[in-house]
Amino acid sequence: MKCQQCDKPAVFHITELESGAVRELHLCEDHARNYLNQSELNQSDGPDAGGAQESEEGSPAAGDLPGPLGVGHTAGELAILDQRACAMCGITFFEFRNQGRLGCPHDYVQFENELEPLIANIHGSAEHAGRRPSRAAVEAVKQPNQPQAPLPPQVALPAGTDELTMVIGMRREMKEAIACEDYEKARENRDAIRAIEERWSLEER
Amino acid sequence: MKLEMLTQSIGEWLRGTGPESDIVMSSRVRLARNVAHYPFVGRASEQDRADVERFLRERIATVPIGQGLEYIDVGHLEEIDRQFLVERQLISREHADAQGARSVAIDRMEQVSLMINEEDHLRIQCMHSGLDLRGAWEQIKVVDDQIEKVVPYAFHPRWGYLTACPTNVGTGIRVSVMLHLPALVITRQIDKVFRSLHKISLAVRGLYGEGSQATGDFYQISNQTTLGKTEEELVEQVGDVVPVLIDYERRAREFLVRETQQNVHDQVSRAYGILRTAQTISAEETMQLLSRVRMGVLLGLIGDVKISDINVLLVRTQPAHLQKLRGVELDSNDRNIERARYLRQHFEGDDAGARASIN
Repeated sequence: MKCQQCDKPAVFHITELESGAVRELHLCEDHARNYLNQSELNQSDGPDAGGAQESEEGSPAAGDLPGPLGVGHTAGELAILDQRACAMCGITFFEFRNQGRLGCPHDYVQFENELEPLIANIHGSAEHAGRRPSRAAVEAVKQPNQPQAPLPPQVALPAGTDELTMVIGMRREMKEAIACEDYEKARENRDAIRAIEERWSLEER
Repeated sequence: MKLEMLTQSIGEWLRGTGPESDIVMSSRVRLARNVAHYPFVGRASEQDRADVERFLRERIATVPIGQGLEYIDVGHLEEIDRQFLVERQLISREHADAQGARSVAIDRMEQVSLMINEEDHLRIQCMHSGLDLRGAWEQIKVVDDQIEKVVPYAFHPRWGYLTACPTNVGTGIRVSVMLHLPALVITRQIDKVFRSLHKISLAVRGLYGEGSQATGDFYQISNQTTLGKTEEELVEQVGDVVPVLIDYERRAREFLVRETQQNVHDQVSRAYGILRTAQTISAEETMQLLSRVRMGVLLGLIGDVKISDINVLLVRTQPAHLQKLRGVELDSNDRNIERARYLRQHFEGDDAGARASIN
């Protein structure tokens, strides 16, 4: 897809919600930075600045000012974050932001730090207070809330049912191994999946 | 299960019985659950979806509640049949319109329904007639407990039950009541009521769920957040506000009778008149008029109609129900003619078995 303002490829896909209407923008990096700088400035004018069109209040014309430090950085950071993918289902954070739906249960572990403020904002809380399945409670060990390096699939997380969710990534790996005729690896994957499924007594009867 | 069987019966929420059933049509509790070792439905391959469907079906068949369930393969249904289940409130519009392997399991009372591969792998729904959130909650808890013994639900110690959309995470519970609030609409107080509901983070929707326009003065009130409170607290959050709304609606009805008796009597009589004599009528207009007649009956202004009859007509005049009852597919013009004929027959015709004695 091309940038809407020049011929470079569009790498930023922005969805704006303006008084209930949805506007989609597809921009190259340069135009995206310009756009983000502008909207950032508009916002810093105050919550009801109303965009660049209405500047009769005498506030500086937003577009003419150099962007404040940190804005480009934020966009860059977002771009890096957007490319992060779940080690199990492979969904990128960008895809999640676009669709509003997560790809698998492990996303809640993979993107824990990013989801935390979002979830707290939606629910006004980030701690489950309700029922717990008896199955998961056995495995449940309090997870320290800290940034995590992507885990190799065979490492079990001692929290909730995430160990079982690992099977999603292992199944994917197994398929890939079969596709490249690496039957040794495929067999290892299959055995590892069986081991986990048996621990959760899910083996086919 | 044959859908034709369902056309002959009436669903739980249409029985028109239960506490406060003059205003509360039905009480519903829904739980969102996912199987831990498969991707969420939106990211699942065709094979994954088929596997999840089979896995859930086989596992649920091994527990007691599974015995009394009938499965319908939604993925292979004609569009009109899917629409029929939506009108019946047994599946959501999203489930009807989705792709791939999916099904719904329904108990004989039409109280419990399990949607497989909607937005989440499993959506358990329990619906009771009238105001009975506690009863619905107690029942769904039993269903959930039994399934949990044989299905590993995706669960996070801090964030609870994991769902495809973060708006459902935690308890995964949606508690809702469907209310008939015609007097609040006529007296133009309804917007004020809704604004105050939003302030206490309750959502208001039309009769047919997510994003639907409220028609015929029927509204669904439900909780908006699912994390940080227990299921019981969320059931109470919705349950606590219902008596207040009932009280408002009753007072508005009393006001109408006291201050504008003639006017109201005229309105409901005209509505009744159109339903009994129209030659062609849309589903929307039918719902609007049935809503007025329903209020007229409850105010004692119309004597010879039963509330349960009106509830049944509300659903049987919906497009898919009408076509199933007539046994033919009809375009919208023909449906309007057929709908008018059905209504005339019901109110005036020979099949007046449902009619009570005329005062």
